[in-house]
Amino acid sequence: MVAGAAAVYTLRLADDCLVLSHRLAQWSSRAPTLEDDIALTNVALDLLGQARGLYARTAELDGTGRSEDDYAFMRGEREFVNCLLVEQENGDFATTIARQLLCSTFQLAQWQALTTSTDAQVSAVAAKAVKETSYHRDHATDWTLRLGDGNDESHRRMESALAALWPFTAELFESDAVAREADALGVGPDPAALRPEWQAYVRRVLDDATLVVPESTWTPSGGRQGLHTESFGYMLAEMQHLHRSLPGVTW
Amino acid sequence: MTAVDEIRNIAGAIPDPEMPALTIADLGILRDVRVDASGHVDVDITPTYSGCPALDTIREDVERCVRDQGYTDVTVRIVLSPAWTTEWMSEAGRVKLREYGIAPPRQHGFDLTLLTIAVQCPRCDSSRTHELAHFGSTQCQAVRQCDACGETFPHFKEH
Repeated sequence: MVAGAAAVYTLRLADDCLVLSHRLAQWSSRAPTLEDDIALTNVALDLLGQARGLYARTAELDGTGRSEDDYAFMRGEREFVNCLLVEQENGDFATTIARQLLCSTFQLAQWQALTTSTDAQVSAVAAKAVKETSYHRDHATDWTLRLGDGNDESHRRMESALAALWPFTAELFESDAVAREADALGVGPDPAALRPEWQAYVRRVLDDATLVVPESTWTPSGGRQGLHTESFGYMLAEMQHLHRSLPGVTW
Repeated sequence: MTAVDEIRNIAGAIPDPEMPALTIADLGILRDVRVDASGHVDVDITPTYSGCPALDTIREDVERCVRDQGYTDVTVRIVLSPAWTTEWMSEAGRVKLREYGIAPPRQHGFDLTLLTIAVQCPRCDSSRTHELAHFGSTQCQAVRQCDACGETFPHFKEH
């Protein structure tokens, strides 16, 4: 038994959604086309909504009664338990699309499994999120095909984006005591179980996009324990600036 | 008219903040109204999308309208389950959407894989249309173009 495993588990899900949402929101007014400016910020908004539902449930499970804002704005870097992949910088458009393909494929498989969660609040958020996230994956898939099977420049950029991000995918499927306990309680799947489905889909898309699945022996991890990569601190500083400067601010 | 019916009519007539041509009853956002013996009113609403920014406004509008009608003890609850689906949109809502220039969602009997009907252009009714972008000006819309008249129009996505 791990005390409070369910709360830690839902907090991980929520942090993944919030951090990825904030990264995508950073594209606002900067995307290469108007359609994609709108698409990326729409995806960000879906993720933010998913995060809110999960923070609300976490506050009940961990008994702190914290607000959604408390989780988002009043925690330090070491208290965030998102995976490292979602916090990676946007880079060029290809990097963001590669990150979206890897993340949304993982999240869709996870949401599908979460629709049968024994936690009614989690399964309700999941039922909604499955539909939203399948759009996110479609969007990332379309762009991966266009960039990978596009011209030399787009192919090269997609290839280097994948090479940079691939090492961070190992952490998505890491199992630990919290994940096993959540699985045993029926709250949600042990992420290790999601790997075959993720791998099959990503490989098929990369094949169709004439891209090679990168190989990597470096498998950075630590996000679930609050140990993050360098750029995450800068992202949080910007995201939390208002709440840190004016504690208790409302609008 | 019973109190429940009266409240349902008042709350149901509130326009959606992002698509004011439609009411929250047309969209199927208003799920349930209950009045207990002490006169306490519970209203359930369901968001169309997880992060829908209009939801807080809708909740405030419902609270205010029901209070203004004399039902001062009111709680508006946001209910996530069962998840909202475009199947809940009323026929009147679909007609209003088309008149507003938005292609309504196709009916799919809760099975999204059965969507084979073409999306019709709200301007000329042609079935020859194609998608320009998965995402549009709100979370619930995609952007399409008509091959017959050239009109670019939003399509309320099936969900």
